Amino acid sequence: MIIKRIEAIEFGVLSPQQIRKLSAIEIKNPETYDKDGYPMEGGLMDPHLGVINPGLRCKTCGQKMKDCPGHFGHIELIRPVIHPEFSKKIEELLHATCKECGKIMITQDKLELYKQFIGNPEAMLEKRIVAKTKKLKQCPHCGAEKKEIFLDKPTNFYYGEDRIYPTQIREWLEKIKDDDLRLMGYNPERLKPEWFIITALLVPPIAVRPSITLETGIKSEDDLTHKLVDIIRINLRLKDNIEAGAPQLIIEDLWDLLQYHVTTYFNNNTAGIAPAKHRSGRPLRTLVQRLQGKRGRFRYNLTGKRVNFAARSTVTPDIYLSINEVGVPEEIANELTVSEFVTKWNIKEIKELVKHGKVNYIIRPNGTRKKVTDSTKDEIIKELDIGFKVERILMNGDIVLFNRQPSLHRLSMMAHTVKVMPGRTLRLNPIVCKPYNADFDGDEMNLHVPQTEEGKTEARELMLVEKQVISPRYGAPVIILDEDGVSGCFILTLKSTKFTKAEAERLFYVLDIKELPKPDIENKYYSGKLIFSQLLPKGLNLEYQSNMCKVLRESEICKKCEKGNCPYDAYVKIVDGKLVSGVIDALSLGEGKGKLVDEIARVYGPETIRKFYDGAGKIAVEIVSIFGMTVGLDEYEPSEKVKSIKAKALEEGLQQAKKVVEKYEKGTLPHLPGKSLEESFEITMMRIGNEIKQRVEKEIIKEKVLELIEKPRYNSIVMILSGSRGSVTNLTNLVGLWGQAAVREGRPKRGFKKRAIALLKKGEEGLISGGFIENNFMDGMNPIEYFFHSMGGRQGEVDTGVSTKVSGYLYRRLANSLKDLSINQDLTVRTASKDIVQFLYGEDGVFPKNTKKGKSIEVETEIEKII
Amino acid sequence: MALEKVSQHILVPKHEILSKEEADKLVKKYGISIDNMPKIKKDDPVVEEIGAKKGDILKITRKSPTAGEFVYYRIVE
Repeated sequence: MIIKRIEAIEFGVLSPQQIRKLSAIEIKNPETYDKDGYPMEGGLMDPHLGVINPGLRCKTCGQKMKDCPGHFGHIELIRPVIHPEFSKKIEELLHATCKECGKIMITQDKLELYKQFIGNPEAMLEKRIVAKTKKLKQCPHCGAEKKEIFLDKPTNFYYGEDRIYPTQIREWLEKIKDDDLRLMGYNPERLKPEWFIITALLVPPIAVRPSITLETGIKSEDDLTHKLVDIIRINLRLKDNIEAGAPQLIIEDLWDLLQYHVTTYFNNNTAGIAPAKHRSGRPLRTLVQRLQGKRGRFRYNLTGKRVNFAARSTVTPDIYLSINEVGVPEEIANELTVSEFVTKWNIKEIKELVKHGKVNYIIRPNGTRKKVTDSTKDEIIKELDIGFKVERILMNGDIVLFNRQPSLHRLSMMAHTVKVMPGRTLRLNPIVCKPYNADFDGDEMNLHVPQTEEGKTEARELMLVEKQVISPRYGAPVIILDEDGVSGCFILTLKSTKFTKAEAERLFYVLDIKELPKPDIENKYYSGKLIFSQLLPKGLNLEYQSNMCKVLRESEICKKCEKGNCPYDAYVKIVDGKLVSGVIDALSLGEGKGKLVDEIARVYGPETIRKFYDGAGKIAVEIVSIFGMTVGLDEYEPSEKVKSIKAKALEEGLQQAKKVVEKYEKGTLPHLPGKSLEESFEITMMRIGNEIKQRVEKEIIKEKVLELIEKPRYNSIVMILSGSRGSVTNLTNLVGLWGQAAVREGRPKRGFKKRAIALLKKGEEGLISGGFIENNFMDGMNPIEYFFHSMGGRQGEVDTGVSTKVSGYLYRRLANSLKDLSINQDLTVRTASKDIVQFLYGEDGVFPKNTKKGKSIEVETEIEKII
Repeated sequence: MALEKVSQHILVPKHEILSKEEADKLVKKYGISIDNMPKIKKDDPVVEEIGAKKGDILKITRKSPTAGEFVYYRIVE
């Protein structure tokens, strides 16, 4: 392939001579077809303009339809008209020059000074010259008088009071000297302003404005053809009238009409004139309309390409599909096709497919296609041989690409294997929602079928879901269990979870385990940990602190880690694929952490992690439906102890705040480093508010966690403890108190004069009047608190709106600027034109997918392995 | 205290002019023409300070979050 760099693009205007040279034939006849339906000689459908019927040869170039590029024709206008898109440029020139001598109306010595700025767009010479000359009444060169030029948009020019016609304007423009044109920003070797006046109009080839034949046999012409017919008609009438010596008034009227038709031929939305309408009243779609806008040539046809072999439908979840699979409705599968080579290994199967009507087309080695129908079936089976290609419908196991917009990600398009199913929606395992950012509230997704062996293999080897578990962006799992998936595994692996043989068999059935292990508790019960261990690969050894451990440490319940002997069963220990101790929670499975998943995906490979996910997903849902995940109001009823601690914390806090306010008003409040008195006061007040909340929060979590460990209840506390959803703060908001309402990282300040909301007294300072909310969602807030709370709520709402908008556009710009960068064989990062961006990819040459959270080596684990 | 030279600033990495032999070796190693090299303006404060001329290749040793230390090359234009 030859790659060349584009140095420059030059836009220009065709001269009448160029148009005549380009033209294959002069169009004179307003009729398009004769009464027999053949194109008229010299008409708009003249065969010299290019062939549109297959088989015929072009009268101009002698080629067939496929090779004939189409040829332009032209119309000789009997009276010239102004090109409407250039009328502004014409006006500029008329303002600047003298009607008599054609020179720019500035003295020669001053013009010499201007010359040095030629070619410098920043100087805006033409604007300066026009501004200087517009109001002049006399030419400094020849002394001739000049009247003011006025443009009645879009195309009528007045010189003083009198109309001037295109013939006169053309004469005027012809007078302008080349040197003066250069000053006005023109290159006179390439473009003369008199070409802005149209004397010969270019007629596009037929291929640009094809006529359509309806079933009824009536021919319907393109809008452009209609417009050109109008132009020719008026042109002829004008010619006849001139030759017959008609009065000037009539000629001028017809001239204006010709101008109108030419104007609308270029742009039917020209300001100041009525758009030309079709007989039905629909405005015509002329040249500018074809290019402009969302449905124009650029945005619709050039940047918005569409593909075949694709399907789109709403997505719905199906946990019984593998993460690698996509459920395809029969209707879609029967419509989409895959091309397949007939070889000596598959000819039998393919013949069988033809017999069952699963092949739509066969393609012979010479490239001819034949449709398979019930009547041709037997014949085709006989004909079919090695070397043929067939187009068969989609079947189970075919590889397809699945995509959800916006495709911000490598993982927004992944390869799945097809599973044909009844129903009308595309189905996917909810575990792969995360990388696609999909949910099931009506999301639609696209499906593409790779056609070549190369494409299919590439999709299977590089894009398959199971190979995308580790993020290529940050080197940690992105395809993860979440919400109920994590809660389910957590409940399953709790110390207290055990099953009778019958109960366990239900779970083994879901997991498709046929050889049952021995019950591990008193020889008759199965522990949840044993069942979970069935998902783990043999030989897996891991040890780490779970998410529950983190919560326990933060709430100061657990003070010293006893590792394997953890009294709360929060220390995960896996020996040879057996979960010995600990619970499986968000730290084992969740995004960005996922220690367990990370290890399986890296050490045991894509297939193992797929099996783990398929099993874990199903069993988690099973567990959640057995045990139930629900909430009751009583769970959020604070205990007496919490109530008293809250009351005490509040009292002390308010007391403390009161003292601070007093000090602040007296001016004895100590300044914080680098802050003003007001700032110090605000910060101190915020701190007091947050301390109160923290005290209550600590007590609540302590109580709830201990309650759960002693007597498990499957509710929102499970979600917080396992890290699947919700946080300790969320719980405190329900049971304890809301705490300080914040607007822009500070206490709500602006609202009214000297007070934040109208319910307060002017100048009142204190914790409560600064937006501290001492109630919770269970008790409900008082009006003051309610207003403060909604101030924070509104800010959150606005922020999410603004940040999605801003970050979306920022991301788009970034992605567009980086899309052509690639890594070369020498590991340099280069642009499309091979300019070096980085001498070594990422400066260390390591692909982030192969790192652990960006680190190519984790020293600690490497050492542990050796010891 | 005002800095006398830009290179004294903590954010300005070490710039050195590459000798003719080293430059040839570099160009050969990456198989690049001068057009494909990352560029640096000849009126860049660092370039002026170390007295590099147009066409010189600068070796820039930077700190890198991934590789610790990383060597980058830019041609003066």
